[in-house]
Amino acid sequence: MIHSPYVRKPASVRAVMGQVLLALLPGVAIYAWIVGAGILVNLAIATVVALAAEAFVLRLRKRPLAPALGDLSAVVTAWLVVLCFPLIVPWWVTTIGVLVAIVAVKHLYGGLGQNPFNPAMVAYCCIIIAYPSLMAQWPPAGELDFQTQLNLIMGGAREIDAVTGATALDAMRTGLRVGEANVAVILEQNAFGAIGGRGYEWIPLGYIIGGLFLLARGIITWHMPVAFISALAAISGALWLVNPDQFASPLFHLATGGAMLAAFFIITDPVSGATTPLGKIIFAAGIGILAYLIRSFGAFPEGIAFAVLLMNMCVPLIDLKTQPAVFGQKRSRVP
Amino acid sequence: MIRKLFKFHGGVHPEPHKSESATAAIRPAPMPSELVVPLRQSTRAAARCIVEVGQHVLKGQRIGEAEGKLGTAVHAPTSGEVIAIGDHPMAHPSGLTAPAVHIRPDGLDQWIDLTPFDYDANDRISMLANLRDAGIVGMGGAAFPSHIKLGTGIGIETLVINGAECEPWITCDDRLMRERGNAVIDGAAILAEVIGARRVLIGIEDNKPEAVESMRKAVAEARPALPMDVIAVPSLYPAGGEKQLIRVLTGIEIPHGKLGGEFGVQCFNTGTAHAVHRAVRFGEPLVSRIVTLTGNADTPGNYEVLVGTPIQHLLPLMGPRPDTDRFLLGGPMMGFALTDLSVPIVKGSNCIIAASPTLFPPPPAELPCIRCGECARACPAELQPFELYWFSRSRNFGKAQEYHLFDCIECGCCSYVCPSHIPLVDYYRFAKSEIWARERESAAADQARDRFEFRNYRQEREKTEKAAKLAAKAAETKAKLAETEGVDNKVQVADGSEDPKKALIAAALARAKQQKAAIKPANTDNLPPEAEAEIAEIEARRQKALGGSEPKPLGVLTTDNNGGEDKQS
Repeated sequence: MIHSPYVRKPASVRAVMGQVLLALLPGVAIYAWIVGAGILVNLAIATVVALAAEAFVLRLRKRPLAPALGDLSAVVTAWLVVLCFPLIVPWWVTTIGVLVAIVAVKHLYGGLGQNPFNPAMVAYCCIIIAYPSLMAQWPPAGELDFQTQLNLIMGGAREIDAVTGATALDAMRTGLRVGEANVAVILEQNAFGAIGGRGYEWIPLGYIIGGLFLLARGIITWHMPVAFISALAAISGALWLVNPDQFASPLFHLATGGAMLAAFFIITDPVSGATTPLGKIIFAAGIGILAYLIRSFGAFPEGIAFAVLLMNMCVPLIDLKTQPAVFGQKRSRVP
Repeated sequence: MIRKLFKFHGGVHPEPHKSESATAAIRPAPMPSELVVPLRQSTRAAARCIVEVGQHVLKGQRIGEAEGKLGTAVHAPTSGEVIAIGDHPMAHPSGLTAPAVHIRPDGLDQWIDLTPFDYDANDRISMLANLRDAGIVGMGGAAFPSHIKLGTGIGIETLVINGAECEPWITCDDRLMRERGNAVIDGAAILAEVIGARRVLIGIEDNKPEAVESMRKAVAEARPALPMDVIAVPSLYPAGGEKQLIRVLTGIEIPHGKLGGEFGVQCFNTGTAHAVHRAVRFGEPLVSRIVTLTGNADTPGNYEVLVGTPIQHLLPLMGPRPDTDRFLLGGPMMGFALTDLSVPIVKGSNCIIAASPTLFPPPPAELPCIRCGECARACPAELQPFELYWFSRSRNFGKAQEYHLFDCIECGCCSYVCPSHIPLVDYYRFAKSEIWARERESAAADQARDRFEFRNYRQEREKTEKAAKLAAKAAETKAKLAETEGVDNKVQVADGSEDPKKALIAAALARAKQQKAAIKPANTDNLPPEAEAEIAEIEARRQKALGGSEPKPLGVLTTDNNGGEDKQS
């Protein structure tokens, strides 16, 4: 028997995920245009693998295929995995990454809505630990022609030291670790553009456009992007003010790595994130601070993925401790 | 005048669908061939039937006497003959039955003698009694007795009249305010006087500009003694929820489990104000109400319907279209589908909607919750509905209560917005009913344990009493024996073999006597003084211990002065 309400808003998980994919398009377009169209190949591979893996696990779990495949959530996960990886990772790295995300992180924990960890971020962490050298090969923006990119993705011989370099974050970290240079000198290197990695620094603009779209559509709320960006800017700004020679500027930190992708698309994953308004702020600010600490003092050039997983672990506690007051329990009763 | 309004959290904007019936003026519904007047006009209390089968009743004649604290009187909605008294299905999601008086109208619709109530010549208490005996209950749906609400104390500053009517499709209050604004305002003035309010705020959603206009005009004409403001509030479901409307108009938030009176504000529906006006000014008890008939229908409209009219009698009035598959009572957000169309209209029934699969399509398949939080953003009670969903689903009811399950007003906003199409409210209804059932079970178990323990105690007590009685009897016999002992002693010994029964009885009595008497060990003769002292000490302790070991009532019953006797009866 069906009970009230008998009317429903025309909303669906499919519509939510579809809008997230739509919002990723500006960033993807800038990526393909400035850095290399090979990203589209990896996106296609990841999409197919994700749907196949989803269907396979659903079959194993004896669940209906159509609703889960149609909800587009697997495609979102796949795209986020690819957008965190270097453009030219071989197809099998993409495949493993997506399989980790879909099979291990999502379905082994019970499927959509059940995973405590962000699937894309676990995939990133697994692959960067398993294949650190492949994950360090970032081609300079626009310098590889599409055929070369395709060959590399399809498993072609990788004599790539000639053609790939470190990311801006990696170059900065290495430069500062060596201790021979200060920030200003390092920024002279070829890897750097005006504010971040040469060419790559424009991609965040696309993510910001997409993020504002998601905000306008009410798919995400302001809490996480604002808290994450503020926290990352605040901690990097504080150390930069103390010692601008040894610490890069907040702008550099916001424009490099996956900071903007994370701010609007990754940390905002509702399943693995905090849910209360205050909880979202704590969760996102925690990621910003941890990401900065890992970038500046940790073993990896990019720390967002680890930061996200660490904060994922805190979500149950954060949610428990930040339950908002209910109607009649908080505002003064007489205005 | 621009008034500062307040906001409540969340809310949704379902399609209003008011235009279908909003232009149709109120018309009297035709008299049915039989009225089924429930004696239970709300879930709270049933009236005591005071008519008999075969009796002729007049319109407005009391047929049920208010009983209990929450009782209100029930009246014959028209003149006619009582043809049956018995259980009848009620308009309730579970298809519950309740006692009802069946009346066959005589077609004359003849009123009893009506006497207006003169408040100036009477006191507050008799005013409340008058409203109770006129059968006035809240007409917004809950049918809570108005005299109870009004009796919570005087000195309430603000009276709120709820004309928000936020549920889609329903237009009965809209029409009432448009057509009988003066009566509603007069009823509001009476209510304000009873609670001693200093101002009246009339809240109407701004999608009913004609009602706002009509009520403003009525206020201007009435020239009330106290400030009365007709306020257009933003149309946002559920702005017509009592607590939500109070919040919007006054900024006051009344927490769950509290009544408005504690916060100096009291809220009544426009229909209730109208009924109060009729009851006080004309002496008319509440025997009819406005019902909207709408939905998948050719001729939607608003009708003045006698309480007790079977719903199936009303359906032809709206001309349901052929693809109508069921009828909803109430609005689409909080109403329910009728399983039995013979159920009567009661005082809280505001709308019947003809539903079709096109108008109210079945919900898409339920998908997993993705914790998007859309429900939390829509919840006017500021709950975390998805958390309640997890807890209800996993039957973790304690946790659900910790997360304020019972603050949920079941408005349906969360289900309305859920992108995974989860029937969230159904989960909360389930959890609430499970918790109630468990509480009932545990109360029943407590009672059973109390009874069991009392039974044990009683058996113990009876045994002790019996033993005491026996002992007393034995002592009596022994005393008798002692009288004759001197004479019979030799005989007894001599005749021992002749009368072994008697001898045995005598010996047993002697043993009993020995046991009854303070036991003195035989080996205490000729002891040294230290030993004597020690024995005396032990004896004292023993006496003390004996004194404390009287049979005692068991723990559960020690606080219960009535003992368990009452519980057993």
